[in-house]
Amino acid sequence: MRPPVKPDRPFAEPWHGKLFALTHALVGAGHFTWSDWTTHFGVALERARVLDNSTDGSDYYDTWLEALERFLADRRHTDLDQIEALEAAWTAAYLRTPHGAPVEL
Amino acid sequence: MSKKHDHDHAHALLPPEPALRVQAIETLLVEKGLVDSAAVDAIVDAYSNDIGPRNGALVVARAWTDPEYLDRLRKDATSAISELGFSGMQGEHMVAVENSENLHNVVVCTLCSCYPWPVLGLPPAWYKSSAYRARVVREPRAVLDEFGLSFPKDVEIRVWDSTAEVRYLVIPKRPVDTDAMAADELAGLVTRDSMIGTGLALAPEAS
Repeated sequence: MRPPVKPDRPFAEPWHGKLFALTHALVGAGHFTWSDWTTHFGVALERARVLDNSTDGSDYYDTWLEALERFLADRRHTDLDQIEALEAAWTAAYLRTPHGAPVEL
Repeated sequence: MSKKHDHDHAHALLPPEPALRVQAIETLLVEKGLVDSAAVDAIVDAYSNDIGPRNGALVVARAWTDPEYLDRLRKDATSAISELGFSGMQGEHMVAVENSENLHNVVVCTLCSCYPWPVLGLPPAWYKSSAYRARVVREPRAVLDEFGLSFPKDVEIRVWDSTAEVRYLVIPKRPVDTDAMAADELAGLVTRDSMIGTGLALAPEAS
């Protein structure tokens, strides 16, 4: 008998999985429905296709990330300035943490 | 040179920009109490390890071997699938579409990439590409041909557009010469693509 069919690696990059799971968890916690999200995300994908001529799916999660930030800001869950500030804080944390030690804010 | 190399690794390896961005969003959402980080990790883990097309293959193999199960699957795919323990987000409104001698089904999500996660896991890259999403509706035979599938003219090709509400699982045709095989063994013949409609179930190995 053949071995079970091996699926593709579900997430090419760890952050793809994290982004997927964050969105999933937000829906699970009842902050919005999956249908609300896909409507918003569908528009973002269409815009990416038209503006960037993106057709092969390689920037799918980049578009997802941008769309989620915008979506959360539109709904006043988070704002872009807070995200910017935390991104800078995490970058600084990585740069000051010795190699091998856990990175903390 | 080696000194410079040492210096480059003196601090923790800086992740790529989008990864830092996602980490920032997670920190913020957890701080605000909008998500629980353990729940987020559990979702990553489940989709990386447990949830995949093997689930759908077990559904198909059961449908091939158990006419009463097939009947339940036709009437209410969501509950028939959950009988086997597969349910959850994006599997709430499942519809099973069966291939036959004169009908071949293929699934797409033209809007984004809606996909029956509990039975197939996450979609492959090509399913998410706008090329597939647009073309399979317009010229399904040409797209299927690129996947190595060609059908005589009298076989109808039916394209199902998934939505956030309804997800489709293609039940491929059972391969010939498999009458003696048990459901477990048959599941090994059911590929992910055969359940999207861009492939066929595998023929059993000649023994």
